[in-house]
Amino acid sequence: MMALVGLGTGLAFLILLLVLAYALSQGAGALNLDFFLKDMRPPGETGGGLRQAIVGTLIVDGLGLLIALPFGLAAGILLAEYPDHPVNPYLRLLSDTLNGMPAILFGLLAFILIVKPMGGFSGLSGAFALGFLMIPILARSTEGVLSLVPKEIREAGLALGLPRWRVILSLVLPTARAGLITGILLAFARAAGEAAPLLFTAFGSPLLELNPLKPMDTLPLRLFAFAISPYEDWHRQAWAAGLVLFGLITLTSLLARWASRRRF
Amino acid sequence: MKRLYTHFGDRIFAWALLLLALGVVALAVLMAYELYQGGSLALKRFGLLGFALGREWDPVIQKSFGAWPYILGTVIVSLSALLLSFFPALAAAIFAAEYAPRWLAQVINFLLDLMAAVPSVVYGLWGIFVLAPWIRDQVQLPLYMWAAEHAPWLVPILGVPTGYGLMTAVLILASMIVPYTAALARDAIALVPKEHREAAYALGATRWEVMRMAILPLAQGGIIAGAFLALARAVGETMAVTMVIGNSHKLPYTLFGGAATMPSVIANEFTEAVEDLHLSALIAVGFLLFWVSMAVNFAAAYVLRRQERLVKGVL
Repeated sequence: MMALVGLGTGLAFLILLLVLAYALSQGAGALNLDFFLKDMRPPGETGGGLRQAIVGTLIVDGLGLLIALPFGLAAGILLAEYPDHPVNPYLRLLSDTLNGMPAILFGLLAFILIVKPMGGFSGLSGAFALGFLMIPILARSTEGVLSLVPKEIREAGLALGLPRWRVILSLVLPTARAGLITGILLAFARAAGEAAPLLFTAFGSPLLELNPLKPMDTLPLRLFAFAISPYEDWHRQAWAAGLVLFGLITLTSLLARWASRRRF
Repeated sequence: MKRLYTHFGDRIFAWALLLLALGVVALAVLMAYELYQGGSLALKRFGLLGFALGREWDPVIQKSFGAWPYILGTVIVSLSALLLSFFPALAAAIFAAEYAPRWLAQVINFLLDLMAAVPSVVYGLWGIFVLAPWIRDQVQLPLYMWAAEHAPWLVPILGVPTGYGLMTAVLILASMIVPYTAALARDAIALVPKEHREAAYALGATRWEVMRMAILPLAQGGIIAGAFLALARAVGETMAVTMVIGNSHKLPYTLFGGAATMPSVIANEFTEAVEDLHLSALIAVGFLLFWVSMAVNFAAAYVLRRQERLVKGVL
């Protein structure tokens, strides 16, 4: 039985390890300084980089996080700090359900709510799509972190005569700061790798674009476009984009782990 | 609870929180409503059932839309992926929880986190350039040649060995959903009280017998919930599947040949849909996808909550 369990474990990780090995070996060859400092070139011309996609990823994902933060944090605080609030069971169930929703549906929603009324694709609509995606993730991670804060800390505050809202804002949230940051970084990392919700919102752009009302490029979008293109040089860049994307996400996850290494 | 929140500031704070938190509810409701509205043109033209069961998807000539090929594709791909990944994922969870030394268990947990974090497009990239050509040359072509010579009745089931099709999509998808089953199964196994193990060991059970008789029955709910969550992921997975599945909605599907799923057709055709009816039909596919995914997620949540109560009861 031991052998069978070991074999199954190996099988479970086989493709992951192969993907990583290929991304490292293929991506490293195509990676150089230009990749980060120059915009992409038209097909046929070699060289160039993906600066526009890297900058776009940070802008769209960052804006999305700003959109999601108030809603996600509030839902998490409500779930953890007001345990018998009547909406909580529904809130929890809907957060879990939205958490498992296909990402592309958030893109469809952003398309209907923002792209259509505004009359065109834009980085902002992409940010909304990613923001929608992050709200339930933030809600659940915030709840989880806050419920780890010892009860005594709240009791101490209440015993001093502080109202509940002061206890939450001045005692509970600062105590849980590291964990909250971890949750935020993980939500950011998750959204950074998504291409599906951005296909018909942020849309992509071959040039550096800093105006969020215009179509913007992101790394996953560009990787997809390059991967299905017929050009050898673009394929090389797609691997490099994969490696950078993977690096960005690993870095964020490591940062998240580092932020949460101190327990309360 | 009324007396708890009578302080004026507390009432304002609680209301503010509630208002923002209802954003989560609004998001779910908006999604259902807007997808229905957006798809209503197609849903009204063909009827909900007519649209869901229609086999024709022709945006160019007949302008007739039926989502059946995509529903069928989604069901086949996601269920096969779950079937393929379930036992390896469970094995990884058991190995990490019971067999592996501490350091190895940590490595496995790290790999599981990593697997969930690798973007779908990166899996898809590998699928396009490495897995699909390899499968075509090393698996599909030899099988096809053999079948053509010895078992001609098998050929229509196998289909054209292109590499980009059902088989490749299922393989990639199976490996992508491993962490969802594995993580929940691992947590469920870890939650089983120590006394259960000890009691079984004291009766002289071997390690595997302890697993089979004392641990798995109690962890069952978490494992099933994990499988449902993995299924939900598989149903909604878009990019990696789109990149390798060949995007053909010609029925009947074959093992090697191209296919399509609900997310993949949306990803593929949405930016190219110029006509209102076509766009509406794609959004209607999204509407169906919403409900399929809602159902699977509800099932997961239900099983998980029942499990939580069960474990609490045992403790």
